[in-house]
Amino acid sequence: MVLFFLAPSAVPLVLFTLVPMVGSLWVSLHEWNLIGTMRWVGLANYAALLSDGDAWRALLNTVLYIAGYLPLVYIGGLGLAVALNRVTRGRDLFRSVYFLPVITSWVVVALMWKWLLNPSEGIVNRLLALMGIEGPGWWTSEEWALPSVILASAWKDLGFVMVILLAGLQAVPRDVLEAARVDGAGAWRRFRDITFPLLTPSTFFVVVISLINGFQVFDQVYVMTGGGPAGASEVVVERVYDLTFRYGRVGDASALSWVLFLVVLIVTVVQVRLQRRWVSYD
Amino acid sequence: MTNRLIYAGLTVVGLVMLGPFIWTFLASTTEGGVVSWPLDPSLAAYGRLLDTMPFWRILINSVMVAVVSTALQVVTSAMAAYAFARLRFQGRDAVFVVYLATLMIPMQVLVVPLFIEMKTFDLVDTYAGLIAPTIASAFGVFFLRQAARQVPRELDEAAVMDGAGHIKIFAFVVLPLMRPALATFAIFAFMASWNAFLWPLVILRSPEFMTLPLGLANLHGQFTTEWDVVMAGSVVSVLPILVVYVLAQRHVIASVARTGLK
Repeated sequence: MVLFFLAPSAVPLVLFTLVPMVGSLWVSLHEWNLIGTMRWVGLANYAALLSDGDAWRALLNTVLYIAGYLPLVYIGGLGLAVALNRVTRGRDLFRSVYFLPVITSWVVVALMWKWLLNPSEGIVNRLLALMGIEGPGWWTSEEWALPSVILASAWKDLGFVMVILLAGLQAVPRDVLEAARVDGAGAWRRFRDITFPLLTPSTFFVVVISLINGFQVFDQVYVMTGGGPAGASEVVVERVYDLTFRYGRVGDASALSWVLFLVVLIVTVVQVRLQRRWVSYD
Repeated sequence: MTNRLIYAGLTVVGLVMLGPFIWTFLASTTEGGVVSWPLDPSLAAYGRLLDTMPFWRILINSVMVAVVSTALQVVTSAMAAYAFARLRFQGRDAVFVVYLATLMIPMQVLVVPLFIEMKTFDLVDTYAGLIAPTIASAFGVFFLRQAARQVPRELDEAAVMDGAGHIKIFAFVVLPLMRPALATFAIFAFMASWNAFLWPLVILRSPEFMTLPLGLANLHGQFTTEWDVVMAGSVVSVLPILVVYVLAQRHVIASVARTGLK
C-alpha cells in the first residue's frame, strides 16, 4: 500500500534528482569535456575555483544583481501594497495589472526590455532624448548591462512581492490601528510599531525566496546579454552553462554549481536562524 | 486630497506595468519595430513569424507539455501527500526528510548530470526527455501534505466503518476535500512548465519539439535585428497565458497570496 502511494513520486525523484545529484558530485571530481574519457582530479576543480577570476566575477555579479534587485522589489512592492490597502475602489483592477508581468515568461520579459532599452531605437532612450538627456548604452555597455537586467527583473517581480505583502497587510487588525490612532500615534509610528512587525512573516518569505531565486538568476541574463559584454553581466548559472556547453569544462562547471548550492544553503540557513530576532508570528 | 494622490501614483505605476506590453504590440505591427507617429500598422511581421517558425506546432507543444506535466505532478504529489499524512509505516519521517532534501537542490546543479543521464537513455531531443524531470515535485508533496493533514480524520474513520480501503478513502474522501490546494498547486505547476527555459534549452535541439520560451529565444538568435518579428513572437506567446490569466486571475492571485501567509 505504501509503495503504491509513494512509488509514482519516489521513483522519478530518485532517477531525476538524487541520481543526478550524486552524478554531479562525481563529475565535479573529474576533468571531463562531455565526450572524451573522465580523468580523476580529486578536489582540484574546487581548488582551481578559488583562483578563477571569472568564477569570482560571476559570484560578484550575482551578489550585485541581488543587491540591486531586492531593495527595488521590496520597497516598491511595499509602497504599492500600502497604497492599495488604503483604497477600495479599483483595488482589484490595479492588482491584476501589476500582476501581469508575473505570469509572463522570463524570455518574453527579457526580449521586451531588450527592445525598450535598445540604445539607439528603444523607447526609453528616445524619451530621454526628448528631455535632452543622452541615454546610456544599456545592455550593450559594460557599466549598464547588469542594471538593465536588474531593471527588467524588478519590473517583472514587483507585482508578486506586492501581492504577498498586501495579503500580509490585510491581516493587520483594523481596530488595533484605530485604537493607536485614538491614542495619538501618528501614521509613521503606527506603521513602524504595528503594521511592520505584523508584516515581518511576509517580509521574511519575500527575502528568502528572492535570495534563493536571485542566486540562481539565468533566463533573463541569457536572453538579454548572454553574460556580456566581456563578462560584465555574467552571473554564476550563466557561467555554469557556458563552462559546460561552450567550453566543455564539465568538471569545473559541476564544482561551481555545487559551490553555488552551498552558498544558497548557508544564506538560507542563516536567514532561518536570524528570523527569531526580527520575525514575529503572533 | 491624499486619496487623489494615491490614485495618481497607482495609475502611473499601472502605466509603467502596462506600457511595455502595449509598446511590444505596437512594435510588432510596425515595419522594423521602430514605432513612430503617425502609426503605420502592418501585419507583415506576423506573416514572417509563421513562415520562419513552426509556430502552431510550438504552441501545441507548450500547451501539451504544460498540461501533461501538471497532471503528472498533481497525481504523483497528491498520492505521496496522502501516504505521508495518513499511512503509518516504518521510516516515514526519514523518507519525508529525503523528499524535503530534494526540494533544496536547484535545477542548475542537476542540469548537467541530468543531460548526461538523458543521453545514456537516448532521450535527448525528445518529449520524454523534456517531461521526465517534471513527473514528480517535492514541493507539491510538501504543499499537499499540509492540505491532506487538514482533512478531519473522523471522515476516513467513517469510511473505514463502511469497509473502504486506503485507495477508496484517498480518491473519494480526502482528494475531493483537498480541491483548493490541488488547484493552487496545479496553477504553480502549469506556470512553471509554461515558462521553463533552462531545461528545454539544454535537452532540445529540433524546432518541432520546442516550447514557446525556447522557440522565442531561438527566433531572437535568428533575427537579431528584425525586432518586429521578435516582438510578434512575444505577442503570440503572451496571448494564450493572458487568456488563462484573465479567466482565472482571482484564483491565481489568491493562490500566490496564500503561500506567503504560511
